[in-house]
Amino acid sequence: MSTFLGIPRRASHEDEESPLRGTLPFPKAARKALANDQLRRNLAHATAVIRTKRALVVDEMPDWEALRDTGSAVKTQVMANLPELLEQFEANVIAHGGVVHWAADAEEANRIVTDLVRAQDVDEVIKVKSMATQEIGLNEYLEERGIAAVETDLAELIVQLGHDKPSHILVPAIHRNRTEVRDIFLAEMADAPADLTDEPRRLAMAARDHLRRKFLRSRVAISGTNFGIADTGTIGVVESEGNGRMCVTLPETLITVMGIEKILPTFTDLEVFLQLLPRSSTGERMNPYTSLWTGVTPGDGPQNFHIVLLDNGRTNALADQVGRAALHCIRCSACLNVCPVYERTGGHAYGSVYPGPIGAVLTPQLTGMHGHHDVNSTLPYASSLCGACYDVCPVKIDIPTLLVELRGRAVDSDRGRTIPGGWDAAMKAASWVMSDPKRFVAAEKALAAGRLVAGRDRKIKHLPYPGSAWTQSKDMPAPPKQTFRQWWQETHHE
Amino acid sequence: MRIALIATCLGDALFPEVARATTLLLERLGHEVVFPPDQVCCGQMHVNTGYLAEAVPVVRHHVEVFEAADFDVAVAPSGSCVGSVRHQQAMVARRVGDTLLARRATALAGRTYELSELLVDVLDVTDVGAYYPHRVTYHPTCHSLRMLRVGDKPLKLLRQVQGIDLVELPGAQECCGFGGTFSIKNADTSSAMLADKVRNVVGTGADRCTAGDASCLMNIGGGLSRQDTGVRTIHLAEILASARESVAA
Ligand code: SF4
Repeated sequence: MSTFLGIPRRASHEDEESPLRGTLPFPKAARKALANDQLRRNLAHATAVIRTKRALVVDEMPDWEALRDTGSAVKTQVMANLPELLEQFEANVIAHGGVVHWAADAEEANRIVTDLVRAQDVDEVIKVKSMATQEIGLNEYLEERGIAAVETDLAELIVQLGHDKPSHILVPAIHRNRTEVRDIFLAEMADAPADLTDEPRRLAMAARDHLRRKFLRSRVAISGTNFGIADTGTIGVVESEGNGRMCVTLPETLITVMGIEKILPTFTDLEVFLQLLPRSSTGERMNPYTSLWTGVTPGDGPQNFHIVLLDNGRTNALADQVGRAALHCIRCSACLNVCPVYERTGGHAYGSVYPGPIGAVLTPQLTGMHGHHDVNSTLPYASSLCGACYDVCPVKIDIPTLLVELRGRAVDSDRGRTIPGGWDAAMKAASWVMSDPKRFVAAEKALAAGRLVAGRDRKIKHLPYPGSAWTQSKDMPAPPKQTFRQWWQETHHE
Repeated sequence: MRIALIATCLGDALFPEVARATTLLLERLGHEVVFPPDQVCCGQMHVNTGYLAEAVPVVRHHVEVFEAADFDVAVAPSGSCVGSVRHQQAMVARRVGDTLLARRATALAGRTYELSELLVDVLDVTDVGAYYPHRVTYHPTCHSLRMLRVGDKPLKLLRQVQGIDLVELPGAQECCGFGGTFSIKNADTSSAMLADKVRNVVGTGADRCTAGDASCLMNIGGGLSRQDTGVRTIHLAEILASARESVAA
């Protein structure tokens, strides 16, 4: 008997604004970011630093490839047995005094959390940095209902105070420099010292004072989780600053929102993931804080523990033979840091809380692609398929192949359109030409006419649309006098 | 050895010097080169643009042409085309349920090599007797680097070239921004990537930038040319095919 996860359901939000769906097609959103020099400098610097750190600590591991293989195998096993594992997890959480809630989508999860917070009669909660709660827009949801959700992760706090959106999974304020941070603190943090400078230590101290007051006062905390362990019912968060640990130990009530794919079968699986995650993520051998909690322990830590198991499109991805590999992601963000596209556009261009290469795969899977007018359909194309993401992924998600498959689906979802687009016509014609040598040779003859538009230097500086996109930044060589096959016939007489 | 040449569609139409150099190099090394004349394209452009169904006839044609030809191994002077033969052709065939075509494509892929792989792994040579008196920097293209894992084979070959002054390219492993139709669909991002690559190439002080892919070189070369840097691009095959006599001319 297995748990019925419900009919696969996609949080479609096709028309509304959602943390998982942008409003601009990727190329347009990217253009904005590319025009922002400060942003590009900040990103280039930060990603380069973290790339180097990661490479160092990964290269020193003699068994890194074996660890990746194991991580990947565990995740494959999890996806194959997800219903059973979730059921086992649920039973163990309950056995240890926790309460388990199931949420099919963002709305349901937000409602459950809000009700739990209201039951404690508070109007402020503290938060551990969490992608799951960002994905459902929990902070905004709570705020609309009169509950302030205070982020305690430093970078998250900067984003929150700046009325901004995170731009990176791990380093949400990666696009900000320290002068910008000081300005945000001075303007938005009521208890910031008036003489605050942009010295990193002073900034950290100001945030620490501000947060300490929150930690000591708050009765309810909300977290996400890095792992949920089926055979013990244990939840875990890894972090660098220790703010998360304050949240999961000081308040009376702890509410954890967990994407259902975060399950690990056994406690010993942690030995693999606690090696893979910090090295891939922050480039550290070990993260400074690992907090694990199992239900409720009388007299120690939160005495009410709730976990909300979130689907929000995941069973849909799970039902997808090719796409389910994207659910293996442990949100380390290594693929973002090596992606040349992410490095230049930043996270906002992807329109989703999941940016970068994995976002380009995950977002369309969680919320669907509905034809060429859908911004999601542009995400699988936000990659040059250079493959750097696949190389660094600690659980070996073959992102380039997933991107190609999703491109195929984006194209397929448009088939049968009454007026085919320019790309359709061009690709159909090219397929016709490239599957027949006679047609190809004829096309080469036509191409030779391109020699006429070239300057005397044999450079073409302006091509008609869509080639104009090419010649905006670079020249095109004029076609040669003789194709290779003509040369071959002349020289090899065949 | 009897070596079938995959000229690649781009190489045939726009960069015939690359396939020519490959032919002359292999002939100089004492091998027989055959050019199956009906060949066209490996299907990569369609696959990477998402037109997977449209790729199938292109792939089928490639497989039929090379199956009919008589050769020991096939070679393409292009990491990305060999990557497409090895990693994409069977995939698109399977996707439309044509398992027979997938098997045939896989069998063919098993004897298809990128130029530096063929030279170093199959023909077991690193000194091809080339002479090329230029300061050269090498860009390892993404597909050679990550799909094929050619590693330092191209560098091993380049180091044996006489007269060459080989200089390291900073940020070598970063994509040049081409990515096929990516350079058109995401032209702004692609141009930003290219700008960095061009800056790095120019910074080396090299007068030639080489790589194992005509397509990436077309992109980098286009940027170098637009900015009047004076640096030219040249395919690895052309350097390896150069000899004292040809350079003198
Ligand atoms: S896809 Fe892989 S590299 Fe990217 S965030 Fe997820 S686990 Fe990390």
